Amino acid sequence: MGNFNCDAAELERRFQQRVDDELRIEPKDWMPEKYRKNLIRQISQHAHSEVIGMQPEGCWITRAPTLHRKIVLLAKVQDEGGHGLYLYSAAETLGVSRDEMIERLHNGSAKYASIFNYPSITWADVGIIGWLVDGAAIVNQITLQRTSYGPYARAMVRVCKEESFHQRQGYQSVMALAFGSEEQKAMAQDALDRWWWPSLMMFGPHDAESANSAQSMKWKIKRESNDSLRQRFVDQTVPQAEYLGLRIPDPELKWNESRGHYDFGEIDWDEFNNVVQGNGPCNRQRLAHHVKAHEDGAWVREAVKAYNEKQRARAEAEASAGQHAA
Amino acid sequence: MKETEQIPLYEVFVRSKRGLDHKHVGSLHAGSSEQALEYARDCYTRRSEGSSIWVVKSTDIVASQSDDASSFHDPMDDKPYRHAAHYVLPDPINNM
Repeated sequence: MGNFNCDAAELERRFQQRVDDELRIEPKDWMPEKYRKNLIRQISQHAHSEVIGMQPEGCWITRAPTLHRKIVLLAKVQDEGGHGLYLYSAAETLGVSRDEMIERLHNGSAKYASIFNYPSITWADVGIIGWLVDGAAIVNQITLQRTSYGPYARAMVRVCKEESFHQRQGYQSVMALAFGSEEQKAMAQDALDRWWWPSLMMFGPHDAESANSAQSMKWKIKRESNDSLRQRFVDQTVPQAEYLGLRIPDPELKWNESRGHYDFGEIDWDEFNNVVQGNGPCNRQRLAHHVKAHEDGAWVREAVKAYNEKQRARAEAEASAGQHAA
Repeated sequence: MKETEQIPLYEVFVRSKRGLDHKHVGSLHAGSSEQALEYARDCYTRRSEGSSIWVVKSTDIVASQSDDASSFHDPMDDKPYRHAAHYVLPDPINNM
């Protein structure tokens, strides 16, 4: 290590300088303990969201209306699992194990995006999720491609490439409904009515109330504030809804010429807090399903270990037999 | 808790097409090199990102420390004569 002569304050100053200079922090670099903790929290939360997010859509794979929609949905849900893996790997470079992260998810000390605690009731929800939920995720993830921690930033680059497919297939699926029969259009509208507000909640509390925001911005873990990301999402989504002839369920939504942005109504923060605290419509179901899937897979992990043991024992036996022969 | 700690971590390198270098794309846990290769195929090359994959156990990688960069890489910086731009040639033959 090249840090023999430095006290903590000097190390921290150099670290912050590196961040300010837009140089990425890499796994073996010195970093403040709180930076490491903050990143582990955020990246693992992000990873859990990808994996839990497979559930509301995955449950529609067997019920997709056509074979085409089915293979598309299958590919999308598989991607989400892959995104979870990229992110878990990025978090592991910070010295936390995969098992610790899963353990924290299961005991409730780690969170995931609240949006996945809402049920996907009809086929229209699947399209709306792709359009709105993946759309909101992209707005956030695009800025995270410039996050200060190298492995996280690189994971985001891969994720963003694939998310674009997710959002487009979702919008296209909603188009089919919105331009279809009256009944199909009503389905799309109903799904939009239910997913709009939870989508806006994905960006988190207002800047003034966001517990981790200020420090995360200084360390450039976060690159843009919750409110500014939320505004961007609203601005880009309103015209997309207009094209579909669907109505966004917000009476206060209107274009503000002087701001150059859409004004929109206030989120129901009681609902937001309630879902974050575990009392949304599907919190218990989502977690129970993940625990069950993890436990059901235990035999596979054990089989892998047993197989490795056998291979190693065999290799050792062959090696020592070879020595005797020589 | 100890479960997958014994399942080793592999680093994955993908060559996007013939003639290019293998490039580090990420890591994954796998029970054996063969399994790592299959996981890497499923996870990192779902959209024809690659024509060739390398996997290597993370513990087998020996890395320099970037904090040591000044002492480790220093000899390169004080030898400007190793760079082509060090030699200023007359204009008529400047595209050498």
